Amino acid sequence: MSRAAPASFLFRGTALPWLLLLPQLVITGLFFFWPAGQAVWQSLLREDAFGLRSEFVGMENFADVLSDPTWLGAFGRTLVFSSAVAFLALTAALFLAVQADRNIRGSNAFKTLLIWPYAVAPAVAAVLWLFMFHPQIGIFGRMLNAAGIAWDYKLNGDQAMLLVIVASAWKQVSYNFIFFLAGLQSIPKAVLEAAAIDGASPRYRFWTIIFPLLSPTAFFLLVVNLVYAFFDTFGVIHSLTQGGPGKATETLIYRVYTDGVVNLNLGSSAAQSVILMILVVGLTVVQFRYVERRVHY
Amino acid sequence: MRRDTTAYLWLGLGILVFAFPIYLTLIGSTHDASTIGRGDVPLLPGPLGAENYANAWNGTGGGRIQGSPAGLMLVNSALMALGIAAGKIAISLLSAFAVVFFRFPGRMIAFWLIFVTLMLPVEVRIIPTFQVMVDLSLTNSMAGLIVPLIASATATLLFRQFFLTIPREYVEAAKVDGAGPLRFFRDVVLPLSVTNIAALFVILFIYGWNQYLWPLLIINDRSLETIVVGLTKMIGTGDAQNEWNIIMATAVMAMLPPVAVVVLMQRWFIKGLTETEK
Amino acid sequence: MNRRIFGLATAGLATTNLATPALAQSTPVELQFWHGLPQPLGGLLEAIATRFNESQARYRIPASFRGSYPETMVAAIAGFRASTAPHIVQMFEVGTGTMMAAGRAVKPLHELLAETGVRIDFDDYLPAVKGYYSLADGRMMSMPFNASTAIMFYNKDAFRRAGLNPDQAPTTWAQLRQAATRLKAAGHEMPFTTAWPTWCQVEQVSAIHNMPLATLDNGFGGLGAELAINNPLLNRHLTTLVEMGREGTFRWGGRDGAGDALFANGSAAIIHASSGARARFVREVPGGVANIGAAMLPYYDDVAGAPLNSIIGGASFWALNRGPNATRSAEENRGIAEFFAFLAQPSVAAGWHTETGFLPVTKTAFEQVRASGFYTQNPGADTPIQQLLRGGGQTTGNTRGIRLGGFVEIRVIMQEEMERALQGGQTPQQALASAVTRGNVVLRNFERSNRA
Repeated sequence: MSRAAPASFLFRGTALPWLLLLPQLVITGLFFFWPAGQAVWQSLLREDAFGLRSEFVGMENFADVLSDPTWLGAFGRTLVFSSAVAFLALTAALFLAVQADRNIRGSNAFKTLLIWPYAVAPAVAAVLWLFMFHPQIGIFGRMLNAAGIAWDYKLNGDQAMLLVIVASAWKQVSYNFIFFLAGLQSIPKAVLEAAAIDGASPRYRFWTIIFPLLSPTAFFLLVVNLVYAFFDTFGVIHSLTQGGPGKATETLIYRVYTDGVVNLNLGSSAAQSVILMILVVGLTVVQFRYVERRVHY
Repeated sequence: MRRDTTAYLWLGLGILVFAFPIYLTLIGSTHDASTIGRGDVPLLPGPLGAENYANAWNGTGGGRIQGSPAGLMLVNSALMALGIAAGKIAISLLSAFAVVFFRFPGRMIAFWLIFVTLMLPVEVRIIPTFQVMVDLSLTNSMAGLIVPLIASATATLLFRQFFLTIPREYVEAAKVDGAGPLRFFRDVVLPLSVTNIAALFVILFIYGWNQYLWPLLIINDRSLETIVVGLTKMIGTGDAQNEWNIIMATAVMAMLPPVAVVVLMQRWFIKGLTETEK
Repeated sequence: MNRRIFGLATAGLATTNLATPALAQSTPVELQFWHGLPQPLGGLLEAIATRFNESQARYRIPASFRGSYPETMVAAIAGFRASTAPHIVQMFEVGTGTMMAAGRAVKPLHELLAETGVRIDFDDYLPAVKGYYSLADGRMMSMPFNASTAIMFYNKDAFRRAGLNPDQAPTTWAQLRQAATRLKAAGHEMPFTTAWPTWCQVEQVSAIHNMPLATLDNGFGGLGAELAINNPLLNRHLTTLVEMGREGTFRWGGRDGAGDALFANGSAAIIHASSGARARFVREVPGGVANIGAAMLPYYDDVAGAPLNSIIGGASFWALNRGPNATRSAEENRGIAEFFAFLAQPSVAAGWHTETGFLPVTKTAFEQVRASGFYTQNPGADTPIQQLLRGGGQTTGNTRGIRLGGFVEIRVIMQEEMERALQGGQTPQQALASAVTRGNVVLRNFERSNRA
């Protein structure tokens, strides 16, 4: 829309818009681009932890990372993990939002109770899930084992993956719910009533009228959820599984953190950061360029 | 009528899944540490609620020396969250306004400079960022907690989405009236954005409140500790004994302010978002 | 609010200028001390720093918790790179290899003491403690403080219910397995588990049987060491654990200290854990202190020469220089040295030992605690010390400790491979071989980046 707007609908000027952008750009420059530049420089070096000895190694760190089977494994795992988290969080939220959007008694109380968990810090949320699903201490972990299901996410990689996916999605459903509900409530009731009078079934109405109207919301949420699954789930994985068992729940960002912050392998960690930044920036551009154009406004 | 029943059923199930962990925390905060450690958490409140909360609030626990008092940490968290929310809203409003309502040389460059950072979290470059903080003498200060987290592509994106829905004819009308961009911003854009600002405030307040890794790294003065960091510091690994009851009481206190903000601002909040997405 | 922000910012600036002599006269010199002990241990440690502050007026040490051990290590290193390193940092024993290779980032303890003329009698320290933190020639590099070792705890009620003698712990692996089988047969769900899986089941097992974990005396002999864990002893041991896992007599309790919780809540009958977990067990295990048995780690009695002493864990205190191009003033160094001397006092060491379950690091402190009757009131509290002195108390190249760079990472690798073996995804032999291959990559990278 903005691209199509005629010039007379916009203000002109050079100094003023840049001045308005200045605070944002200064902070972005200082705290995003400067450190990012340092990360790029670091990725070309091999250094000891204290920064006392360093050696320029060119692209060697990149070559090491890209030929490391455990890094490639983490790459595939991240794709599976992120799509699962985004899918689960979006569908569950959409489903609940559709239910809550009905004109039923007490719908406000339901909304409040569903919105509530949004305020819980990821670090705290992970502890709560650990508390519930720990095989021996957790109330549900004990129930599962008592029911004859060998539940032990500390040794079973699939169970561990399932747990971090569900815990990560849980944190995000409330957020999505809020946005979907807002989206649903913005749909003019007259449109839906007209469709109902025309005899369209509820399912048909949902997919042909409601869903397309929700697509801007869904697009925005898709971006936010993917970013969340890529990066913000660090706290969840860190508290629940630490990437284990084996490497069953090690995602790319977890790998960046452990190599950089725990293993103090700064060159390799920086190279991985740079690869991630390129991937993510590419993804962002693709989404804005192509996906946004196709969704309805 | 039958459809309502299914809706109730699903919503009830949803609430169970989404609120149960919080219920469990509340219950946990009223029992003693060893009951919880054994995995025997009852589903009903225990008798020790008042004692646990008093201990958590004062930073004392079971006669042992505990962490910072929760009261102080709550104030720090509140200052940090308010600072981040206010700062982000201010700079995002200005930059979204510039990007949407102006045609100027370098507009797309500015747009991309901001939006490439949309998905780049601080974890990826934590050590270089720390170095920058040191060079700017911002470590161990409230400003250091707030300023680096103020840059927000997400908030700018949201305001941009909203501004795109403001009819362009308003601009033309403003021009006809001889109003400049700043007056247009003040008299048209800002009043229209009130609900969006309120909505974003909720989101950003919680974003700020829930920060973990950043405060942990740049603050070593206990008088500046935030409650989420303080809480996780109480959860030990290895040799430490976890006072789960105090931890749970602190967790409840750590959750209360953001939950209150969400619940109290709920109407505005949803209305604001509705406007955004229209 | 603004005043508060700027007030703190300027206070931060003032601290860096404190070293000027004029100021040092009137105000106490402030020495930053970062530690990695969560509550309640951290609070007890901070109380010791407070006692030091109250004992004299020249120095003030504000102790500050910086997250878990690895987080503290990273924060200190980041601080050093930024020329804002703390004066003293608590570093877990796993990070010792990294610190030893850190060159001018650290102020070696022997240098610090020589320059300041402060004396600490290290001959009084337990050999296993002293050896871990000293150079090959015996000169101390860091100040030992909270040292622990791994021992075996068992639940006496569980033993009784299975018809086992609660006053007689298994001493060999064969006996442990027998006891675990009896417990299982008696309906016990989790006969045996372990905390700190690599420390207890790889590092300690190697030391007790006098087997090398790595070449060159476990790395004490230089940065060229290679992992040596792909050996028949550890293959046998990991096979034992995998078999016990299949039989349901061993349960993996999770990485690092996660297994502690299983014993603390009464689910596990036997655990190998840090002696520092004692205080927690006494408080949380149903039945309390009367229900907890403590014994030395078991061994394979057909291995010649076994058992020898176990190795220590825990942490030591390192004096750091401020940054790559900044050293400390003589006054600051003197403050650090005096704080260390304060910690070395028998009363401080003994108090820490009895309050927490960590070791009394000096022989005098041990004697002092013994004389007080503490061990008769708390049977088993001296087990870790006895175990450290097992085999005559003189350490060998395999029992002195471990000095490998990147050991934090190597431990994670070993845990990952153990997990995959216990899942049945690979044989114990494959797990060990893979751990050696991956671990050696870490060692070679470390060697390369730390070459002088």
